[in-house]
Amino acid sequence: MAAAIEVSIWRGKADGRYQRFMVPLHESQTVLDVVTWVQRNADPTLAYRYACRVGMCGSCAMTVNGRPRWTCRTHIAKVAAKGHVEIGPLANMPIIKDLACDMAAFFEKWQRAKGTFAPSRSRRDPIERISPTTAPRLAADAAIECINCAVCYAACDTVRWNADYVGPAALNRAWTLVNDVRDAGQGKRLAALAADGGCHACHSHQSCQEHCPKALNPIASIAGLKRRTVEAYVRGEL
Amino acid sequence: MNVRLYVLQRATAAIMVPLVLAHIALIFYATRHGLSAAEILARTRASIGWAAFYGLFVLAAATHGAIGVRTLAGEWAGIKGGRLDMLMWGFGLMLAALGLRAVAAVVLP
Repeated sequence: MAAAIEVSIWRGKADGRYQRFMVPLHESQTVLDVVTWVQRNADPTLAYRYACRVGMCGSCAMTVNGRPRWTCRTHIAKVAAKGHVEIGPLANMPIIKDLACDMAAFFEKWQRAKGTFAPSRSRRDPIERISPTTAPRLAADAAIECINCAVCYAACDTVRWNADYVGPAALNRAWTLVNDVRDAGQGKRLAALAADGGCHACHSHQSCQEHCPKALNPIASIAGLKRRTVEAYVRGEL
Repeated sequence: MNVRLYVLQRATAAIMVPLVLAHIALIFYATRHGLSAAEILARTRASIGWAAFYGLFVLAAATHGAIGVRTLAGEWAGIKGGRLDMLMWGFGLMLAALGLRAVAAVVLP
């Protein structure tokens, strides 16, 4: 590998353009390291987001060579096969500036999909014991490790076509709660998920599963939600 | 797409699976045996069975297609709200009317 790499980074808003930088290469360097080098050494006005740097917070996702990725866990060597890397903001969200996009709609859709826990007990009740081996808990655990990075949301064709669609991350979160036996908000949640823009808008293209950096399978969660909402509809509960 | 439309579209798809297979088998039968239009009409005219078969086929196809067009129009043409439902109903009723007219032409005595 050469001692430096040519990096094109998106600058400005939607009508912006890519700007080229030469960045020195180091061993085990991540895409986030490259962006940080540019911001600290070449252009301090470069806007981007990160926090934990270890794949936990979900802040640093960007579009790298056309694919949405978590940049803190993506080695530059993995994506720089041709000696050049193009880094842009995530798709399907308005660009605030450079690599930072506006995630307000993404998180508002979590609210719309009733992605918040509705407690069935008060703080005075004893803590409910949940066996980790029950089918609902296993289903919830399979989807629970989402870090809200919005990579799946940026990769989703249906999100691009349908602004009302809540998207794979919100539905994956809802699936964990649908399988949470402690939750008291299932009726309202299923009604929200069964409405226009809910789980039935998904075309099962599976880009969410393909790109999820945590190797989660939101499409399986969405399929589960489709089954649950159909069952509730047939029973006359929706 | 909401759950009601989703169920309707899947249900009509399930109804059409055997109907499409039977329809294709009928086409092969009619062409391989060299049936004339008069011979086909002799079999279909005043037949409650063929009227029910193709009547159900038309209604299932009209429902299924109209829901699909609603999704396409929303995602590819950006049509929303009441206009989207009007388009679905208009397209579905048009398909049903054209299809039932064709069924009537071959089953009415």
